[in-house]
Amino acid sequence: MDFSGANLNFSLLLPEIALAISGFAILLFGVTKRGKDFGFGLGLLGLLAALAFTVQQWGSLETGFFGMVTKDGFSSLFNLIFLMGGVISIMISRSYLISKGIDKPEYYALILFSILGMMVMASTYDMIIIFLGLEIMSIPLYVLAGFNRKDPKSNEAGIKYFIMGAFASGFLLYGIALVYGAGATTDLRLIAANFHSLAQSSPMFLYAGAALILIGFGFKVAAVPFHMWAPDVYQGAPTPVTAFFSVGPKAAGFAALMRILAFGFDSMDEIQPILWTLAVLTMVVGNLLALFQDNIKRMLAYSSIAHAGYILVALTVGGESAVASGMYYLLGYTFINLGAFAILTILDTRDGTDSRFSEINGMAARHPYLASLLAIFMFSLAGFPPTAGFFGKLYIFSGAVDSGFIWLAIIGVMTSFVSVYYYMRVVVYCFFNKSDHPFAQVSLNPYLMVALLITAVGAIGLGVLPSFWIDLSRQAFASFL
Amino acid sequence: MFESQILTWLTFLPLAGAFALLLVKKENVKVIKAIAIATAGIEMLLSFALYASFDVGVTRMQFVINLPWVEQFGINYHLGIDGLSLLLIVMTTILTFLAILSSWRSVTKSVRGYYFSMLFLLTGMIGVFVALDLFVFYVFWEVMLVPMYFLIGIWGGLKRIYASIKFVLFTMFGSLLMLVALLYIYFAYYTQTGVHTFDLIALYSLNLPFGAQSWVYLAFALAFAIKVPIWPLHTWLPDAHVQAPTAGSVILAGVLLKMGTYGFLRICLPMFPEASIHYAPLMVGLALIGIVYGAFVAMVQKDIKSLVAFSSVSHMGFVMLGIFALNTQGMQGAVLQMLNHGITTGALFLIVGMIYERRHTRMISDFGGIAKVMPVFSAFFLIATLSSIGLPLTNGFVGEFMILLGAFKANWIYGTIAATGVILAAIYMLWMFQRVIWGKITHKENENLKDLTGLEKAVLIPLVVLIFWIGLAPNAMFKRMEPAVANILHIVRQADNAPEFFSAQDGEEEFNQDLANTPVDQQLNQSQENEHQSETLTQ
Repeated sequence: MDFSGANLNFSLLLPEIALAISGFAILLFGVTKRGKDFGFGLGLLGLLAALAFTVQQWGSLETGFFGMVTKDGFSSLFNLIFLMGGVISIMISRSYLISKGIDKPEYYALILFSILGMMVMASTYDMIIIFLGLEIMSIPLYVLAGFNRKDPKSNEAGIKYFIMGAFASGFLLYGIALVYGAGATTDLRLIAANFHSLAQSSPMFLYAGAALILIGFGFKVAAVPFHMWAPDVYQGAPTPVTAFFSVGPKAAGFAALMRILAFGFDSMDEIQPILWTLAVLTMVVGNLLALFQDNIKRMLAYSSIAHAGYILVALTVGGESAVASGMYYLLGYTFINLGAFAILTILDTRDGTDSRFSEINGMAARHPYLASLLAIFMFSLAGFPPTAGFFGKLYIFSGAVDSGFIWLAIIGVMTSFVSVYYYMRVVVYCFFNKSDHPFAQVSLNPYLMVALLITAVGAIGLGVLPSFWIDLSRQAFASFL
Repeated sequence: MFESQILTWLTFLPLAGAFALLLVKKENVKVIKAIAIATAGIEMLLSFALYASFDVGVTRMQFVINLPWVEQFGINYHLGIDGLSLLLIVMTTILTFLAILSSWRSVTKSVRGYYFSMLFLLTGMIGVFVALDLFVFYVFWEVMLVPMYFLIGIWGGLKRIYASIKFVLFTMFGSLLMLVALLYIYFAYYTQTGVHTFDLIALYSLNLPFGAQSWVYLAFALAFAIKVPIWPLHTWLPDAHVQAPTAGSVILAGVLLKMGTYGFLRICLPMFPEASIHYAPLMVGLALIGIVYGAFVAMVQKDIKSLVAFSSVSHMGFVMLGIFALNTQGMQGAVLQMLNHGITTGALFLIVGMIYERRHTRMISDFGGIAKVMPVFSAFFLIATLSSIGLPLTNGFVGEFMILLGAFKANWIYGTIAATGVILAAIYMLWMFQRVIWGKITHKENENLKDLTGLEKAVLIPLVVLIFWIGLAPNAMFKRMEPAVANILHIVRQADNAPEFFSAQDGEEEFNQDLANTPVDQQLNQSQENEHQSETLTQ
């Protein structure tokens, strides 16, 4: 084999390497008695190191390892989303895990490996590497979903997620195989370059492959009608794990979809009707079903389905401003949703709670600041200005209106109108209702405070001063053309 | 410095005050109240300074500040005011100050949160009136919902949760469609000029084909009509007004409803003139139904507060009628009536709140003969009632008279139907007043009611002064609003002269007749208006 053009540049992979090393270090130290306590610290260290390397890589555009690894603005932005999500997730996990008696070092290692997989997914043009990343990401997630072994619901979540995940992987792999059958390559750059000739020579393989790939990722990002697993898994998994689920894998799934659809299969116009059908279904079903939940975690599960619908609108429209708007939305959504889940985690840390709506009755009287933060996150999810949630939606819908998809934008705003009701319900329970019995005190630790601060600043900052992040998203898109 | 900074100060000072409240311990109720009152007071003084330094008789926007905010989208932090916004701003700061003052005793539940919401709300309201960038406008328009939602939901009456959600959902429904329409005109303007901008004044020059204009107009009109509210979109209003705490009702009726009519004047008419003319009969029709319907429903109310609430539907119908009469008298009357309604209805809600605090009921049948035990209260009540009816010498008369003048000129049927609203108003208001105030004391509980305290008088006196000041010398108001009104009408008439609308019923001849038919002082206005027509908008 000729290695002259391989460009085995390991500095490209520094963020991934940092995560891998710290992940293994956690496992290694974890076997010793004293090393068990290092899980959290090492995990945080690894994530921050990876974050530092990502920032250092920013703006470079380099390909290595036989063209299998590409670091560009796109991968950097998504790495930032994954790593921020990881940092916040483990910060909110600690006290929850301790209180539930499941504070094991593996937890942090699994999060790190999973993020490693996401970063691999975002850093390549090769579908095989995307698949590799997907599996590296998913397997730790299956374990995480069932991490609370003593809780049958958590077990159920783990098994369910595993089966559906394996199913989805099958679709995806079959799709990749069909596309390979059409073009004898898994490299999206080659597919994009030769798309029209491929579409003429073997349309069946190419189109069926694309459809199967879309279905595979449809499962991963929980788009309707591939969403059935999400509410049960979200509800059953330990709350901080749910927090991580709702942002990390979703962002990674969309990162891969953007690379595949907005770049590799950009010339395939036939996929647009499929995409908008998915978008409409996802927005409508997600938002309508969220109305009828009496469990906040489950409600947020449906809401996260609905938010996937908005990003699908961005993908449907395609082109620079739309894809960039999807990235911006994911960035803001990461902060907002993690913030909401951070508070839910704090509440669930107390004993005997099941995140039902009635449990937050009268929370504002006891914890006004926490309740106000929860309200900010809810208003932001509902798309009130001047928050990240609003600007994200504005950005996405402006792309839709600009491209003539006015009806899609109208469906979008009408479904987000529906969402106002169920997000406001949280505020009603928290602020307006009185609690029958005294609201049990929650405990805060510095990590939780920092996590809340970061998410709140992100939720409002991205809405008030969006310019910087819009530029980043646009550069990210520009870099993969 | 003053010129360009004052609107920013005016907008964000209350927000700063709100956050200052968070530094105070929540048990420290007196300090919290003091900070809130001081903030609202300084805000009011600032608005007086604005009023004093406002250049009367100039069409262009004043105190303009225009800084880039989100450059990629052409969103600018663009603030500025004309006479229309000036008057509404001054009314807003006065009403908010009085509302906060009136809450001194009545609000005891989570005091810090209450004043935080009030001040936050003030920022939102001022923001709507000073915004000259559609994006900025939309942000404030939505932001304002949040504190109002909390005010109704936490400090409201028994059905407060239902009322608060209904309020938010109704408003959101309209404003989300408005958002799509807003994006549409943003891109339409880009297609025409190659410039990405949300700048309101720039967008005035947008030339949409009639079909597109209709849709966009209807989307905006829906959002504003819900806010006004125009029949049949008014159903949120009685719930919200009745359930809200007194200060909340004052702000809701006094200021929030005006945002709807302000939206029509600032955005709908100048931006979509052809559609505005085309749909004017529809809007007038709905306004007329609102006037009569609101009055009849108010008549049968048993609760004083819901009576006042339904009277708002009727009165706001007058304002809409004045605007869509599309002539100088009507529109000037409408603007004046916006102020009047804020002052009068604000006073009425405050008065209802005062009696409610004493008796914990608002049912008309629980009162009677109040004049004997509370003479001062009854005097204030009488003045507010008469102003609401539109008795000469009070502010209500001038506004309604001008609107009717405009309505008769547009079409005598409009005027006739609207005039019945005036009569009906006299019936329901005076009948209610008679049952509550006059006669013998029918309930024992009412025998020992205490008359108004010094604080309560202090809250009502400024409103009474305004009632008579505007009633006796409305020219101060007309002088300030006139260039703005003339400018809006100028833009609408220009569109009306476009060939395809030349044959329209309310065509240009009628506007020329304006001069012949109007009283002398109106002719004065008219001629000034013509001068303004030659001025072009800068900024």
